[in-house]
Amino acid sequence: MELIKTKNQIPAHLLDEDSEINTINLGPTHPATHGIFQNILQLDGEKIISADQTIGYIHRAFEKLAEHRPFYQITPITDRLNYCSSPINNMGWHMTVEKLLGIQTPKRVDYMRVVIMELARIADHLICNSILGVDTGALTGFTYAFQEREKIYDIYEAVCGARLTTNIGRIGGMERDFTPQAISLIKDFLVTFPKFLKEFENLFNRNRIFMDRCIGVGPISAERALNYGFTGPNLRAAGVDYDVRIMEPYSSYQDFEFEIPIGQHGDTYDRYMVRNEEMWQSLKIIKQAIENLPEGSHFADAPAYYLPPKLEVYNNMEALIYHFKIIMGEIDAPKGEVYHAVEGGNGELGFYLVSDGGRQPYRLHFRRPCFIFYQAYPEMIQGSYLSDAILTMSSMNVIAGELDA
Amino acid sequence: MSNEKIIEVLNQNFAAYIKNVEVNYGILTIVADASKNVDLIKFLVQEQELQFNFLTDLCGIHFPEQELQLGVIYHLHSFKHNKRIRIKFFLPYETPDIQTLTGLFESANWMERETFDFYGINFLGHPNLVRILNVDDMTVFPMRKQYPLEDPYRTDKKDDFFGR
Repeated sequence: MELIKTKNQIPAHLLDEDSEINTINLGPTHPATHGIFQNILQLDGEKIISADQTIGYIHRAFEKLAEHRPFYQITPITDRLNYCSSPINNMGWHMTVEKLLGIQTPKRVDYMRVVIMELARIADHLICNSILGVDTGALTGFTYAFQEREKIYDIYEAVCGARLTTNIGRIGGMERDFTPQAISLIKDFLVTFPKFLKEFENLFNRNRIFMDRCIGVGPISAERALNYGFTGPNLRAAGVDYDVRIMEPYSSYQDFEFEIPIGQHGDTYDRYMVRNEEMWQSLKIIKQAIENLPEGSHFADAPAYYLPPKLEVYNNMEALIYHFKIIMGEIDAPKGEVYHAVEGGNGELGFYLVSDGGRQPYRLHFRRPCFIFYQAYPEMIQGSYLSDAILTMSSMNVIAGELDA
Repeated sequence: MSNEKIIEVLNQNFAAYIKNVEVNYGILTIVADASKNVDLIKFLVQEQELQFNFLTDLCGIHFPEQELQLGVIYHLHSFKHNKRIRIKFFLPYETPDIQTLTGLFESANWMERETFDFYGINFLGHPNLVRILNVDDMTVFPMRKQYPLEDPYRTDKKDDFFGR
C-alpha cells in the first residue's frame, strides 16, 4: 500500500532517463518548517520536482466564531492570526469597526497606534530574519534578536499588560494613555535598537555563507508574484512598490516620512534585505510619532463602543449604563459592508465586514496574506534543493495561525 | 478615475448583466449576473482604462432569505489608479455553480477552494476543487447559516445573554 500519495504531475523537463523519484513527507510537524505545514515532496536525488501542500492543521473557524460575537470580543480572535505581530491585527480590526460606525479618532490615538504598529512590524521582521539566519546555520543572531524582541514585548506590556496575544487598544482609541514608563521604554528602544540592528546586519548582510545560501534561492518574478496575490515585503522584494500605508494611508500614516524599500529578484536574499530595511524605516516612523505625539484625548467620542473610565462608571449613571451595554454587547451596529486593509507584518491584511444591523457581524472575512501567497511555494521551490526549500519558506514568513485562520 | 467613469465603461459592454450598483463606504459595489463572472472580471482586468490587475480577495456569503442564497464576492484592486472595486454574484442554493477564475489569477486557486470548503460553491473548471482547511471527510459546508456554531444539543452552555 502506498502511504504517501501525491497527485502532482511531474514536469518532463525535470526528468532525465536515470532519474529515480523519491517521495518524502516534509512536515506537518518538522522542526525546520516553523509551524504546521505539510509538503509531500517528490525528489530526484536532492532536487525537488514537485511539492503537494496540505494546510489547515490549526484551523480554528475564526470566521464562524466571529459571526457569533459582539465586535469587541473579536479583537482577541484577531490576535491569533499573525501572532508575531498581533497589535497590527488588533488595530486593523478596530479601524474596520470604526469605519463602519463612522468614528473619527483623535490624532493622538492615530499616532499611538502608529507607534505600536511599527513596533509590531519590527518584532515580526526581526523574528523572520533571525530565523532565516538559524536555517542557514547561524544561531547567534537569533538569540540576540530575541533579546531585542523582548524589549518590544516589554513595551506592549507597559501599554496594555499583555505580551504575545495583546488585545491592544479598543474600538475608538487606546485603553489607556501611554504611561511615562511606556514612553521611556520606547525612547530607550529607539536608542538601543539601531545599535543592535547594525550589529545584526554586520553579522549577516555580507556574510559569505549567508549570501551563498540565500542569493538566487526561491526567486519569483514581479509578474508572477502579482498573479499569485503577493503583498507586503515578499511582493516588494520582487520589485513592486505596493504598500497599503502609502496607497491608502490609514491612522495618519500620511503625516510621516518614510521610504518603501524594494528588491529586484524576489529571492530569499532580497526578501531578507527588504525586511531589514523596513525595520530601519519603522524606527524612523516611531521616532517621528513619538517626537510629534499630539496632545489630547486617547480615545474618540464613541460612548456606545468605548468603555467609559471606571471613575465615571461608579459616579455617573449614563456611564454605568453604557458600561453594561458594551460588556453585554447589546448595541446594534449600522447596516453596511466595509473593507479595510492594513499593512500587516507580511502583507495586506484585510477585513471584509458585512453588517446586517445586528450586534455581531453578519459575515467577517479575513484577507490573510499568508494564505494567499503560500500557494506559490511549489512553484518557487521547483527545481531547487531540499535545503533551499526550507530557506524559501522561512524567508516568506508563513505564519501558521494566519494561514489557517 | 471616478466611479461614474467605471460604471459608464462597464455599461457599454455589460449593461444587460449588471443588476445593481452602489457605493459602500467608498468602494464601488456591483452586483452582476453570475453567468458572466469571468467575462466581466476579465474585462475589468484587461480594459486599458481600468486595469484592475490585482485580485485582493474572494469570499462567499450566505443569505438564507434571498431567492439566490449563496454569493461570491470578489475584491479587485487597480494599482495604476489606486482604486478598489467589489463585485458580487449570487447563485441559487440548489445549483451553486460559477466559472473559476484560476485562468486569470493563480491566487484564485486557494481562495476558491476555501469558498468551496465553507459555502459549497462549485467553481466549474477549477483544477483541484477539494476541501482546504476543514477535514476531508466533512459532509457539510459549515459557514452556511443553518449550521450552528456549537453542538445544538449541549445544555451546559446555554446562555441567552451571550447569544448562544
